[in-house]
Amino acid sequence: MNPLELLNMNFYYYQPMRSNNSTLQVLVVFYLFFQLVNVNLVYAKSKQIIDIAYLTQEQIAPPQLSNAEPFIKNKGIIGAELGIDDDNTTGEFTGQQFNLKKFIVPLDGNITDTFNKAISHHFQYVIVNLPATQLTQLADLPATKDLLLLDVATMDDALRNEQCRNNVLHLLPSRAMRADALAQYMMKKRWDKWFLVVGSTQEDRLFAEAIRRAAKRFGMKIIADKTWEHTFDARRTEQSDVAVFTQIDDAYDVVVVADEQGQFGEYLDYRTWNPRPVIGTQGLMATAWHKTHEQWGAIQIQNRFKEKAGRWMEEQDYAAYLATRALGEATTRTKSNDIKQLKAYILSDAFALQGYKGNPLSFRTWDGQLRQPILLAAPKSLVAVAPIEGFLHPKTELDTLGYDQPETQCKWDK
Amino acid sequence: MLLKKKNVDNLQADSILRKLSGLLLTLALTGTVQAETVFVTLEKDNALAIVDPLAGKLLKTVAVGQRPRGIAISPDNKLLYVATSDENTIKIINAETLKEVGKLPSGEDPETFALNPKGDILYVSNEDDSLVTVIDIAKKKIIKQIKVGVEPEGITVSPDNNWLISASETTNMVHWIDTKTNTIIENTLVDPRPRAASFTADSQQLWVTSEMAGSLMILDTKTKQIIKTLKFEVQGVTADKIQPVGVVIDKAGNKGYVALGPANRVAIVNAKTFAVEKVLLVGQRVWNLAFSPDQKRLYTTNGTSNDISIIDLESQTVTQSLGVGNYPWGVTVKP
Repeated sequence: MNPLELLNMNFYYYQPMRSNNSTLQVLVVFYLFFQLVNVNLVYAKSKQIIDIAYLTQEQIAPPQLSNAEPFIKNKGIIGAELGIDDDNTTGEFTGQQFNLKKFIVPLDGNITDTFNKAISHHFQYVIVNLPATQLTQLADLPATKDLLLLDVATMDDALRNEQCRNNVLHLLPSRAMRADALAQYMMKKRWDKWFLVVGSTQEDRLFAEAIRRAAKRFGMKIIADKTWEHTFDARRTEQSDVAVFTQIDDAYDVVVVADEQGQFGEYLDYRTWNPRPVIGTQGLMATAWHKTHEQWGAIQIQNRFKEKAGRWMEEQDYAAYLATRALGEATTRTKSNDIKQLKAYILSDAFALQGYKGNPLSFRTWDGQLRQPILLAAPKSLVAVAPIEGFLHPKTELDTLGYDQPETQCKWDK
Repeated sequence: MLLKKKNVDNLQADSILRKLSGLLLTLALTGTVQAETVFVTLEKDNALAIVDPLAGKLLKTVAVGQRPRGIAISPDNKLLYVATSDENTIKIINAETLKEVGKLPSGEDPETFALNPKGDILYVSNEDDSLVTVIDIAKKKIIKQIKVGVEPEGITVSPDNNWLISASETTNMVHWIDTKTNTIIENTLVDPRPRAASFTADSQQLWVTSEMAGSLMILDTKTKQIIKTLKFEVQGVTADKIQPVGVVIDKAGNKGYVALGPANRVAIVNAKTFAVEKVLLVGQRVWNLAFSPDQKRLYTTNGTSNDISIIDLESQTVTQSLGVGNYPWGVTVKP
């Protein structure tokens, strides 16, 4: 009940009583009235409210190679819910309350409409689980200027560079961070010569670009760089095709695959001309979160998530969890719900988010990217955690992954 | 080749010397000090290791239940309490016969717990449920479940029995719980991922470790505020490997000891000046610590090197590493 309602209630009580003409009763009512208002004011003052919107759009299942892993519709949402639960458990002790309102735009719905009508004037913090183009559109709306968008879906390096927006924080690692993590591991293993296989989608090309950048950065050699074509030629089978495709004159140590949707990457392992490991978007993968991860208390959140969701925690869930926890942590530490204060704290050196990956997580002040360790995982075992030991950095080794301050094309202050 | 041979000789000579000195030490000690027994829970062996630390020997290993972690001994030294996490219970074990004599209802997934000074009440952290469970040991009944922050872990009772402390890892708080009413009186916000908490013998200070900040915080019991934060640094070890966990303070209030987790070190902290005096190399991923009854030695459990380290506190040196089994977790000592 809000203080105004209570106030009204007292007022209505008070009027009929007055006609009673008993001074004592009037006094009692007055006393009660002031007591209630008093208590209520204290209550209202001590409880800080933080309203967070979660915006996404309905999805249809994309074509996939294997039915082993069913399509998950609600990636992200349950992570945000778990984060809010945790925030509120803490909030009980700090007098803060976190509310999460979910907006799921239908397939044929208009995201900007929903945003303008229901979100931008009612919420200051918006968790956005949408592709890069929609995210940028929202970030550029006049009403968004003073809001904070928390991106839990994109990996685009452009959004962290020339396309960056200073009202957006990115929770998932960029493609460059993932590629660097893979490169560090390959360098450690002395897999210096790479055979790069690229799918035909735009995302695949972006991932391949990040791989090429990483190769240059770490002095690795791309021996072959080929595109995997999708044709409907009946003579092509994965057994014959992959062998022929990977049969080249130059020797290579490893096949690096760029196939974000998983349209052919799974075919590569065990079928290459020479026996070589597969790494990239299939085989050994670079990811923010994985079901095989148990260290640093991760087993606890894996269990808590599974109990709530009835499935494993996916990357977007982890990102949304971190988004709500980052807001929670900033609110607890600053004792404020003011967006300016929260944003300043989130981007300050003092900010340290516990993300179940050993190092405390924080945001890069030059592009709004969450700096974090990256898991290198095989389907059933965690192989390594990047930054790999030995890759050094003057400030934090986490910044050996992705675009470091001197390299950034982002003009964050603009 | 020659060099190698020489090294081997050196090593052999070394180990003979070490054995001899160990023997001499044992002989010298057995005359003056009573024998003591160290109990270590082995998380992945589902067992309890029984060690004679003066002889430097693993005496035996007994099965104790699924995933044993926290361990404590009753004030009269007759009963051991062992949290068998995957069985959702705390087992009561006769410290002489090592036979199970009972079970306590602990709530789900018990890991760490604390006994009150009298030894009649046991407090358990239930990490997944954000609860502290209060158990009457004699009645084997849950008295109360107290709602605390997310992922409570470190738990301890002040020696004067006024305060129960629960540290929640994700909420980043220390909860001050009145032991008479079992209600939270105050909360102190601390560095991220607080792990363990320990009072000084006079109950005036609470020492809390933060795994993520790599720090130790000293809190004043009266004001419940942090009076000092210490950040650990170890030469040649990156900051992210320094993850303080277990903390104990000697009865005299002279020194505190902090296990630094994957930094594989134990830090010695001056309890008066709060300066880090020395850092000792022990086994891998050192988590929990226990004093010998005379407080002349410290025993550490080293999770991933599968051993315990014995530290002589007078000379501040590690005198022995002793293999005990897979994933040693908790440790307690019987005089």
